[in-house]
Amino acid sequence: MAIRQCAIYGKGGIGKSTTTQNLVAALAEAGKKVMIIGCDPKADSTRLILHAKAQNTIMEMAAEEGSVEDLELDDVLKVGYGGVRCVESGGPEPGVGCAGRGVITAINFLEEEGAYEEDLDFVFYDVLGDVVCGGFAMPIRENKAQEIYIVVSGEMMAMYAANNISKGICKYASSGGVRLAGLICNSRKCDREDELIEALAAKIGTQMIHFVPRDNVVQQAEIRRMTVIEYNPKCNQADEYRTLAKKIIENELFVVPEPATMDELEELLMEFGIMDEEDTSIIGKAVETA
Amino acid sequence: MSQTVDKIKPGYPLFQQPEYQELFAKKRGEHEDGFDEAKVKEVFEWTTTEEYKELNFARKQVAIDPAKACQPLGSVLCALGFEKTLPYVHGSQGCVAYFRTYFNRHFKEPVACVSDSMTEDAAVFGGQKNMFDGLQNALALYKPEVIAVSTTCMAEVIGDDLNAFIGNAKAEGYIDKDFPTPFAHTPSFVGSHTTGWDGMFEGFMRYFTLNEMEDKEVGSNGKINIVPGFETYLGNYRVIHSMLQEMGVEYSLLCDPSEVLDTPADGEYRMYAGGTPIAEMKDAPNALTTVLLQPDQLVKTKKFIDNTWKHEVPALNIPMGLDYTDEFLMKIAEISGKEIPESLAKARGRLVDMMTDSHTWLHNISFSVYGDPDYLLGLVKFLQELGCEVKHILCNNGNKRWKKKMDALIAEAPGTADAEIYFKQDLWHFRSLVFTNKPDFIIGNSYGKFIQRDTKAKGEEFEVPLIRLGFPIFDRHHLHRNATLGYEGAMYMLTTLVNEVLAKLDLDTSEMGRTDYGYDLVR
Repeated sequence: MAIRQCAIYGKGGIGKSTTTQNLVAALAEAGKKVMIIGCDPKADSTRLILHAKAQNTIMEMAAEEGSVEDLELDDVLKVGYGGVRCVESGGPEPGVGCAGRGVITAINFLEEEGAYEEDLDFVFYDVLGDVVCGGFAMPIRENKAQEIYIVVSGEMMAMYAANNISKGICKYASSGGVRLAGLICNSRKCDREDELIEALAAKIGTQMIHFVPRDNVVQQAEIRRMTVIEYNPKCNQADEYRTLAKKIIENELFVVPEPATMDELEELLMEFGIMDEEDTSIIGKAVETA
Repeated sequence: MSQTVDKIKPGYPLFQQPEYQELFAKKRGEHEDGFDEAKVKEVFEWTTTEEYKELNFARKQVAIDPAKACQPLGSVLCALGFEKTLPYVHGSQGCVAYFRTYFNRHFKEPVACVSDSMTEDAAVFGGQKNMFDGLQNALALYKPEVIAVSTTCMAEVIGDDLNAFIGNAKAEGYIDKDFPTPFAHTPSFVGSHTTGWDGMFEGFMRYFTLNEMEDKEVGSNGKINIVPGFETYLGNYRVIHSMLQEMGVEYSLLCDPSEVLDTPADGEYRMYAGGTPIAEMKDAPNALTTVLLQPDQLVKTKKFIDNTWKHEVPALNIPMGLDYTDEFLMKIAEISGKEIPESLAKARGRLVDMMTDSHTWLHNISFSVYGDPDYLLGLVKFLQELGCEVKHILCNNGNKRWKKKMDALIAEAPGTADAEIYFKQDLWHFRSLVFTNKPDFIIGNSYGKFIQRDTKAKGEEFEVPLIRLGFPIFDRHHLHRNATLGYEGAMYMLTTLVNEVLAKLDLDTSEMGRTDYGYDLVR
């Protein structure tokens, strides 16, 4: 079977890296061979799998060796829990250079070095929160990730971000095979969160593939630099991630998204009481001072 | 074997031989999968029509044969005009190879210019490390006294900060803290070579004078500063020197690459030769004022001179042709209090004499011209003075401000009043113009030769010959050593123009017994 390449997007801080690693651990537990590629200069996409603070990144190693050409796959690829293969693209310090170019360089390197030629079932790209430039769209360009999962919660900004990411996918979907494969709701315990995300999914033309409830065990595991699957395989939360993994393995709903307009999105938020009816009389008015 | 050791033939006659012609035909027939000659001819003819011109001018997405180069090319030329100064381009190596080659081909001279060769990891992490090593190496290897830093688009896109990088290189000891490093950000995707020259010159002024203004007093050194702008006619530097020297005016020609771009073949390679001493730049704020030879292209420069040096920059045009040179010299006389000497008055008289001698042949001859903004203003002015017509004026790197000036200028003479003025357009637009409203001649750089070829392909009667004035000129030798400014420059331009007109007339009348009634010995 061909390798399924999936990219995980979502608003910054929504829990992409944690969700991805727990999901990947569940896939590994189910006997799948998986690789994670972290596409974020912060390089925190593999720490739970490797029990490490932060993995040596491709760009960091390249800078040390002089250039990317001097690197070999073994220098940058580490194997962690359940045989999961881990790579971090890395990038520059904040404020200098070009992080987007770092992602492009790293992924090209992996392709040239044959990182995808191994006997793999899944590749997951864990991508920086906002698709700020072409570099962070690299994972969904031609012949890379075909399935996009967006991590979202019932918070307004997370939903805006999900909708924006869908717009980004449309740009590539028309020319290539990339498809939206579903929303993963990482619960923030908002009211009617599951209904809301299901409504959003329906609006965009996709599905809420799973509702991952909030559970402190995730944080407890994270302190130990572990996934829940490894830290406490018997807990309910581990089963949630297993369910998510199973749904992804069986997923067949791949769509070109139909992003909602701003008005539609706000309507939806008002319907669920997240946003109030707009009161135009208050716009641009400062607090009255005595 | 058509090529033999005894008689090596160059490409042109060699490829005319049957075996090569057969080879070409076979290649076309078997591998190129092209259209037949009739179809090619049909499409070619279509590209010469009014209908195509309209489509061509509706084109938005692509530039075809732009008549301009990029910013760092200009910044490199500016840096070459200062004493013992090494142009240093922060960015990718290929760009710098292009600048060197471009100048090599035009000046037929080696051009010293270095790059810090940013590669893929530099694009990701930023080019600071390249800057550190580059400055250190350039200094150790080439021993300049000044390194003038500009940028390629690669460094600009990722937002590299020259001020910070150069400052850090000094703080960490890669080069001495006091080593002079003027710099300018020169993104290639904005402006043109003239913008880059302006930016680099402003960088020099800023670096050497901005923080040294307390003890400066306008007029205290009694000199006049001259800023040439992007200038590739080396004779122009000589002309400016000689005119001012004849007048006995104290002056500083700020930027003069005429030595380093014209070094003798005497067995010694000179990486640095001549150039404006940095001391003159440091002293420049003390001058009476600063005269800009290409004011339309020196926007940043003027702003800095206005605001920091507090000079009253006189409103002048490029000193090209009769009137503009008169104005230039009279203004210099006014500022310096010196008389215009007899020698210059005589030179002017000679130019006027030449103009009247050639007037019969140049009157009503029509031209379509393209080039840089200030040069075009000077050229059109001079063509007016010669009684010529101008049909099209195209300035790829012009702007609205320039067009307003040009609009006012063309209205001054009947021969130019109907000229069409274009800016932001390229040579493919120009080609359409020449096909649909044929001038007698094109005036432009070497790239215009392809338009001449195309017009000839339509038929002898459509051919528009190219007269080479401008930059770059790759396919004729040594023209850049001449001058186009001052009375002397006007004489050169006039000589060139009239003789091209006469040569064309010879060509048209050289058919024995048919047209040779016009093939005159005396003209």
